[in-house]
Amino acid sequence: MEKRVRELKVDYGPAENIYWVEVLKGLWITNRHFMVNMWRHILHALRIKAEKGAVTFQYPEEHRPIHHRWRGRHRLTVKQNGAMRCTACMMCETICPDECIHIVPGESPDPNVEKFPEEFYVDALRCCFCGLCAEACPLDAIRLDVIEPEICGFTRDIIFNKEFLMGLNNDRPWEEWYIENKTDSKEK
Amino acid sequence: MAKEYENRELILPTKNMALAMGPSHPAMHGIVRVNAKLDGEIVVEGSVDIGYLHRGFEKSVENHTWNQGIIYTDRLNYVSAMMNNVGYCLAVEKLLDIELPPRGTFLRVIMSELSRVADHLTCVAAQVMETGAMTAFLYAMKAREYVWEIVEMACGARVTTNWTRVGGLMADVPGDFVDAVRERIPLVRDVIDELDKLVTKNRIFGDRYRDVGVMTKDEAIAWGFTGPCIRASGIPFDVRRDTPYLNYDAFDFEIPVGTNGDVFDRYLVRMFEMEQSILIVEQALAKLPDGPVSVDNKMVTLPEKADVYGSIEGLINQFKLIMDGHGIQVPPGEIYQAVEAANGELGFYIISTGGDTPYKCRCRPPSFALTAALEKMITGQMIADVIPIFGSVNMIGGELDR
Ligand code: SF4
Ligand code: SF4
Repeated sequence: MEKRVRELKVDYGPAENIYWVEVLKGLWITNRHFMVNMWRHILHALRIKAEKGAVTFQYPEEHRPIHHRWRGRHRLTVKQNGAMRCTACMMCETICPDECIHIVPGESPDPNVEKFPEEFYVDALRCCFCGLCAEACPLDAIRLDVIEPEICGFTRDIIFNKEFLMGLNNDRPWEEWYIENKTDSKEK
Repeated sequence: MAKEYENRELILPTKNMALAMGPSHPAMHGIVRVNAKLDGEIVVEGSVDIGYLHRGFEKSVENHTWNQGIIYTDRLNYVSAMMNNVGYCLAVEKLLDIELPPRGTFLRVIMSELSRVADHLTCVAAQVMETGAMTAFLYAMKAREYVWEIVEMACGARVTTNWTRVGGLMADVPGDFVDAVRERIPLVRDVIDELDKLVTKNRIFGDRYRDVGVMTKDEAIAWGFTGPCIRASGIPFDVRRDTPYLNYDAFDFEIPVGTNGDVFDRYLVRMFEMEQSILIVEQALAKLPDGPVSVDNKMVTLPEKADVYGSIEGLINQFKLIMDGHGIQVPPGEIYQAVEAANGELGFYIISTGGDTPYKCRCRPPSFALTAALEKMITGQMIADVIPIFGSVNMIGGELDR
């Protein structure tokens, strides 16, 4: 399709040259915002309206809704019997562009399963949360679906080990996070 | 300004003062340094030091496989990361000689244009904030948030998107995507209108921006300008029109040009382009076809997850595409592919010698040429004008220094 070229030109007329007029118009806009927002806040405070007045969130206490496709912290999924799904196939370690996954494969204690990771580390300091590992896993064993905005928190000790990634020995209650912060929007 | 300065009579002897703005100066977005030699308030000589954010983008891409390279492109222009993803993938796809199915192409157009809106909003907002309009900045950030929510919905991240793959996309968009975009477009439009009302006709900004940092047509060409800056100088150069990629042919939009080439014209061009981008998004949403988003080529795209979990062929296919040295085999050749990124022509020049990694990947960042010309633009201006000039070229550290 033909793309037209449009020459932009803004000339100031007398009203713009007396700059008061434009300043008042600007004040009208900002004041309207102020009034509307204050009205919304009042209605919210009086519990007449459920939506809150501001578009911002009071962050540590309140979190914005996060889409369910969010790429958050890693998680190793488990089978119904509680065993790891991962078979130490090394696909995630291979594709990881930051080389932050480290797996030590070993023989599984379960006679029906051949191989499993004895150690599984994810170095979140190097990780860029690209999601390639989840995409590469042929077993849906690693996912990036734990919504945890403060991955570092107050400690720098964020090389996750196997137990932590499986959600066994976590001192951080990520499961609560997970349930609270998932939005309801479903893939149709 | 410079004329007056040269012709005045010296009553007292003066000495030039050297002033370094940056590398970490609030008005220097990203990390860059402007060395100005001042006589009073006038910059008699300016130079720009770059390279503080050099990360070795090109070498990193060369050391990784084709798909892994995409995460490095996220970090070029981080406000509109999706356009960089698209540019890089288009270059590799051109080498592979594959074409995306229509849905994938349309989605790439939609997300590119939304990223452009986010980028221009950031640029305009930062520019007006630095000249005093904090309110306008906050309104624009609100609108950018709406756009980034859509980005989050499409790819799961807001800034480091990693959304495209060679031969397609990470995944199809969620089912409520189209409604969400349609819902947010009027909100973004309202904010753009408000920004326009607050700034465009306000004489305070007009006086600050007009006839400042002027680049004439010839100068703009000589310095290698692209994007909104060259259009502000009056040349209707747009990669989307001149060498169409994706399916920009099918959309109806206008290309704005300025008359003067000053900071004000760059502002106007950006404001107008946001409107046009939203128009393109609306057209694309109306025509968005169904179907796959990635090419159906087992040598390039990862198989469906159902195949991987359920069949041995799918599993082997998955392994073959990921294992070291197997991966996507791109035939030998070299290619240059440019896309119209928010700041101008973002080009990728890739050489492949066959195999699963690029032999050479050179990126042509649009900011580089613009920042080079800063030296010329700020010389002879007042020190306070350096800030709007700097804001108007929208230098992005990640893209400039790579
Ligand atoms: S998200 Fe990316 S960087 Fe992080 S572990 Fe997975 S593949 Fe590596
Ligand atoms: S997490 Fe998945 S990809 Fe990684 S080793 Fe385990 S099974 Fe393989």
